Amino acid sequence: MAFDIAFWLLAIVSVVAALAVVGLTNIFRAALSLVLCFITVAGLYITLSADFLAAVQILVYVGAISILLILAIMLTHDVQLGSPTNKLRLPAFLAAIVFFGTVAWAVLNTTWGISPLAPIEPTTATLAGKLFGENGYILTVEIAAVLLLAAILGAVVLVREK
Amino acid sequence: MSVGLEHYLVLSAILFAIGLYGALAKRNTIAILLCIEIMLNAVNIALVAFSRYVAPQMLTGHVFVIFIMAVAAAEAAVGVAIIMAIYRRKGTVDPTEIDAMKR
Repeated sequence: MAFDIAFWLLAIVSVVAALAVVGLTNIFRAALSLVLCFITVAGLYITLSADFLAAVQILVYVGAISILLILAIMLTHDVQLGSPTNKLRLPAFLAAIVFFGTVAWAVLNTTWGISPLAPIEPTTATLAGKLFGENGYILTVEIAAVLLLAAILGAVVLVREK
Repeated sequence: MSVGLEHYLVLSAILFAIGLYGALAKRNTIAILLCIEIMLNAVNIALVAFSRYVAPQMLTGHVFVIFIMAVAAAEAAVGVAIIMAIYRRKGTVDPTEIDAMKR
């Protein structure tokens, strides 16, 4: 019962925060409500017994990515202009509605193979075994490291003063 | 009806649709980046929900989410760098003004 209440609370807050990101004309406030949305997503991870991912969500999204985006907002001086919508407002709305309708219809009309097993708790040790252990994803981890290095170098080259 | 997999998937679809609308309709490049982050988070919720309800002993969805987070961090860093470079050159972050590749 407490689980249901937690889910509904987090779901409603996250949807309202996401709507605020889209709807607020002040881009700085939109970024702050995006932070709220990230925090509620971390809460949703906890309700899904993904404790490690909740911590990573807080660290990476709330701690790093939102700071980066807020820094970009500060540096571009367009806070006064806000974030108006373009001419494609109605087609974009229709596209979003059609997408949501299709996905919701597909989700609700599929019989999912729900497993009766209990989830692993805590997940951190098992996840480390998955990532770094034998028959794991160690090659992908290395590729992700190279990708991050390439992204850092690309960002530095792009914003460097001539 | 108690909360199950469908609830998380529908919530994920709602968040993705909101992000999709924002990414298509916004006239500020940084707002588009914010909406892309919402979409990535929506996909992550769906992956973790599948991992929890369909294969709770496997954690494969968690591994995917970790890699999506790494790629999203790289995407945000490069995206912000591109926006800064364009802003420095053209003095605007309006994507309707940034149309050099359309001409």
